[in-house]
Amino acid sequence: MDFSAINPLVLLASIMVASTPIVLAAIGELVVEKAGVLNLGVEGMMITGAVCGFVAAVLSGSPTVGFIAAAIGGALLSLLFGILTQFLQSNQVATGLALTLFGLGLSALVGQGYVGIKAPPTPDIHIPLLADIPVIGRIVFQHDLMVYFSIALIGVVWAVLKYSRIGLILRAVGENHDAAHALGYKVVRIRLLAIMFGGACAGLGGAYLSLIRVPQWTEGMTAGAGWIALAIVVFASWRPWRVLLGAYLFGGVTVLQLNLQAAGIAIPVEYLSMSPYLITILVLVIMSSNRNRAALGAPAALGRSFHASS
Amino acid sequence: MRITSILAGAALALGLAGGAIAQDKTKVGFVFVGPVGDGGWTYEHNQGRLAIEAEFGDKVETVFQENVPEGADAERVMTQMALGGADLIFTTSFGYMDQTLAVAAKFPNVKFEHATGYKRSDNVSTYSARFYEGRAVQGHIAGKMTKTNKIGYIASFPIPEVIRGINSAYIHAKRVNPDVEFSVVWAYTWFDPAKEADAAKALIEQGADVILQHTDSTAPLAAAEQTEGVIGFGQASDMSEYAPAPRVSSIIDNWAPYYVARTKAVMDGTWTSVDTWDGISAGMVKIGEITDAVPADVKAEALALAASIASGDYEPFTGPLNKQDGSAWLAAGETADDGTLAGMSFYVEGLTGDVPN
Repeated sequence: MDFSAINPLVLLASIMVASTPIVLAAIGELVVEKAGVLNLGVEGMMITGAVCGFVAAVLSGSPTVGFIAAAIGGALLSLLFGILTQFLQSNQVATGLALTLFGLGLSALVGQGYVGIKAPPTPDIHIPLLADIPVIGRIVFQHDLMVYFSIALIGVVWAVLKYSRIGLILRAVGENHDAAHALGYKVVRIRLLAIMFGGACAGLGGAYLSLIRVPQWTEGMTAGAGWIALAIVVFASWRPWRVLLGAYLFGGVTVLQLNLQAAGIAIPVEYLSMSPYLITILVLVIMSSNRNRAALGAPAALGRSFHASS
Repeated sequence: MRITSILAGAALALGLAGGAIAQDKTKVGFVFVGPVGDGGWTYEHNQGRLAIEAEFGDKVETVFQENVPEGADAERVMTQMALGGADLIFTTSFGYMDQTLAVAAKFPNVKFEHATGYKRSDNVSTYSARFYEGRAVQGHIAGKMTKTNKIGYIASFPIPEVIRGINSAYIHAKRVNPDVEFSVVWAYTWFDPAKEADAAKALIEQGADVILQHTDSTAPLAAAEQTEGVIGFGQASDMSEYAPAPRVSSIIDNWAPYYVARTKAVMDGTWTSVDTWDGISAGMVKIGEITDAVPADVKAEALALAASIASGDYEPFTGPLNKQDGSAWLAAGETADDGTLAGMSFYVEGLTGDVPN
């Protein structure tokens, strides 16, 4: 076997880029689920973010504006989910699935005039000194800002959930909404904010696809990334750093197998391609038996509707 | 006697009227594997659908379903279309083959047309284009244009259509540039822009400066654009938004005339199950404009090659050719028969790597 064609530095850098959309979408969904809400509409919010970000970036000429618009677009779409599930008490699973379908259709409509247009380039930032460190500098310190933002976001979410009062309240709502309500916390309001945070993150993840990773707008371009983000939250058993690990593992396997093929190394590609999905299915199967659910750390009130009268 | 004949006449008239109402509009269904806005494969099939509407106006009604996975879902979609009164259903991806036959067996009065497959029945036709003729022209340009002598090829699934394309491109690249090497990456998807872009990046990072693709989106061209000096080709559709570079030419699938003709046949009641396989000569495969990024002499050669294929003077698979393992396939001057081409599952000599199963 000849691995010499693969430059490990370039490979690692590619893995970071390939994983970032999933990192962003998954950390958003983690917060939503920690608040006890299961939003299966990640795919729909991602694709909406992808198109909003692309359109805004093309119109304004600034990728930054694009990312902000993507976050707003994703959050607005998730607000729809929030109103339906939190105020109108609709079923979360059904509403989430509907949100995905709606997002795919809406994005196709919005993006009609934008197929084949080029996005303004997002510059890679060159951190002085750090980027000049041999080897590590090239892998770690020469990316676009969003890669660092996604990692920082994981850290912030972790710290807030673990150490802050807001995080404690959020987790209380997700574990036992009746108790949280009895203590005087506004369960619905907290959940709505969490849902919007999740929508904004998914939107950013989508925009990362359309503005940096691909970069172009094509209908249906997320092609299932939202579902993978959902699975990674479960895979990570609702822990922020494990989300990062899971997403990088997934991105790593995807990019690595393409690189191995390009280098002409004979590996059973089919198995490598399916391995992330297999692991996810395994985790989901273990998850679905209630006995193990607590052990994996799922929020106790996940997916349950709350009404102050109950 | 009189009364009975009047009654019979009335019944006949009623029957005719009823028939006329039922035949009023011909309903044509389309099953698509990607979104109509993919800018490639599905986009061109949808152009064919629009051509039917433009040609027959009020006399037809078309319906379509996008993003239909190859598998059990496809069967459900086709059944729904048939139950919804479709007279003719085009199933536009290789992976719908068995589903098309299964549904067709249940609806003997509905006509089915399956793209790129090889199984037919009384009410299932197959149709495909000789994309490999276009691949020959691409291979020629690629072989002439590469500076690193490394050409990347993003393949979808290991099916005969894709393997033919790889072989044809390789043979013609090798002919003009004996040092050329192909790296084939199997993406195992027809449409996943992120993965297609990643595959293109992986190939470029490993030194490929020409990217050929057999997947449906424009993402590989978007990825190629980010590296100076890398070129690619439009696939299935012209993808001219990436011209003059990185897109230097393209293979365009032109389904519209076929779709219009087949719809007409259903209207006239002359539809029969056939196997259509047309190429450059019939206009089903078109070579998109070769841009100025290609030197004039290379462009002229490429156009001459396309013209000789169109006129029938030249066949892309002409011997002497060996299979990858070195065994003889075609003797000098011998051309491949359609049966072998339709079921092609081997690489020609010189290609590295294995065809996955």
